[in-house]
This record gives sequence, structure tokens and C-alpha cells, in this order.
Amino acid sequence: MFPLGFFPYIIGGILIGIGVSLIYIATGLHATQSSFFDTTISFFSKRPYFLQKQYLDSRGWRLTFALGVILGALIYTITLAAEGFFTTSVEWWRLVIGGFLVGFGTRLSKGCTSGHGISGLASLSSTSAVAVLTFIVVGVLTALAIQSLGVLP
Amino acid sequence: MKLKHVFVFMGGLFFGFGLAFGGMSKQEIVLSFLQLKDLGLLLLLGGSALVTAITINLIPKLLNKPILGGEFKKRKRTLNKRTVFGAIIFGVGWGISGLCPGSAMASLGVGNLPVLIGIAGMFLGAYIMGRYFT
Repeated sequence: MFPLGFFPYIIGGILIGIGVSLIYIATGLHATQSSFFDTTISFFSKRPYFLQKQYLDSRGWRLTFALGVILGALIYTITLAAEGFFTTSVEWWRLVIGGFLVGFGTRLSKGCTSGHGISGLASLSSTSAVAVLTFIVVGVLTALAIQSLGVLP
Repeated sequence: MKLKHVFVFMGGLFFGFGLAFGGMSKQEIVLSFLQLKDLGLLLLLGGSALVTAITINLIPKLLNKPILGGEFKKRKRTLNKRTVFGAIIFGVGWGISGLCPGSAMASLGVGNLPVLIGIAGMFLGAYIMGRYFT
């Protein structure tokens, strides 16, 4: 059940919670991830959906947040990661198709693993609880199906 | 640079460091959860939600407003078909690739460049959703 132990997951989770908490205490904002796609598209698209006020108001800090996430992971890699930099062995077609569905689905659902998963559950939102349960169950069934076709990892 | 951005950036550093520390920047580890071989992802998600829950339910009772001013925002979402269909589509994509938005960003920080095509896919998916389904 836990071949890598509990430690990295629990500490990692607490650090993520501290990051979200720091932003909330300082600014009152919910630091979530998937809105970043819509708010960043608003720099380039003239479609009214992408130019809605809440996207224009938040596109600056969401970009800052994403840069922080990337740099935070880089700091981990150069300070603590025993194995150094990492490259996935998941094939490119899975990343493209999966990525497309992740982008489409999270924006249709208005939340992802951080939006519904962390901020939504922390807000005791029943909507987010339904979303989290749904994407975990569907994610497990999909991954098991792919695995059963002999596609690895 | 506004002070708000400094705090958001610092919070992002913790967020990305925590994701990488917890292995989420590796699609192999996310997939091992989805294949039910390693349930650690639930500990990470639960731990981060718990810490965040304490903050967002307690701090507004102790402080009138955020340190930098403004207001403590409430996250409002109403349950409808789009919430559920979206979560189903996201789940399929997650199960195919082991990618989700936050972990994909963190993955760039561990030097996992193939994830760039996954992020490009996410932007395309978000664009198609916003362009044709709203």
C-alpha cells in the first residue's frame, strides 16, 4: 500500500498546505492551479469568456504563482533530490491526449486536484467533494484499463 | 513589484517544493497511485487539505482582513452537470497521463521537459472548452 513510506507524502502535503495558507493569510486569495490556463489565455484571446473580469483581475498573480511552483520544485531538485533531475518514461501520446482532457475537464468542472482537492475540501464544499470522488474513481478505472492493455508505466 | 506578488510567489515556492518532495512531479508515482499500488497520494492530498482547512476556517475568525488588506475570499462552486462531467473528463486524462495542472508545473522544475507537451495539451483543452462550450 505504501512502498515508499508515509514520510515524503505527509511532509509534502504539509508544505503544500503551508504555501496555500501563507497566500490566504496575506492576501485572502485561494491559490489554485487550473484557472491559470484560462487567465493566461486571456493575454492572447479576444473571446469574451477569457476576458471576464475575474480572469483579468487574477491573471497577474496566477502567473506569479505558477512561476513560484516551478522554481520551488527546482529548488527541491538541486538541494534534496538524491537522483537529480528527472525525465518521465510516459510516452508522448499519453501526455498530449491526457493533457488535453485534463485542460478541458478541469475548466469544465471549474477545479482540479488543487482547486477541488485542496481548497475545495478545505472549504468543506460538498460540490468539491463530489468532484474529487469522481475524478479519483474515474482516474483509477482509466489507469487500470490502460495498464491492462499492456501500456506501461 | 507589488507585495502581493511577493507573498504569492513565496507560497508558490512552498507549493512546488512540497509537490516535488512528495513525488507528484513524477508521473510514474501518480500513476502508481491510480493503479492502486501506492496510496501515498491520498496522504499528500489529505495533509495539504487539512492544513489549508485549519487556515481558512480559523484565520478569518482571528483577523478582520488579510495582512495585505482586501477580504478573505470564499470559494463558491455550485454542483451541476458541468462539475461532474468535467471531473469525469479530467479523471480520464489523469488516468491516461498521470498529469494534473499543479503537478505538471512542478514537473518542469524537476527538469521533466516532456511534460511541456502535456501542458500545451492542457492549454489547448482549456481553450476549446472556453471557446466552444460556454
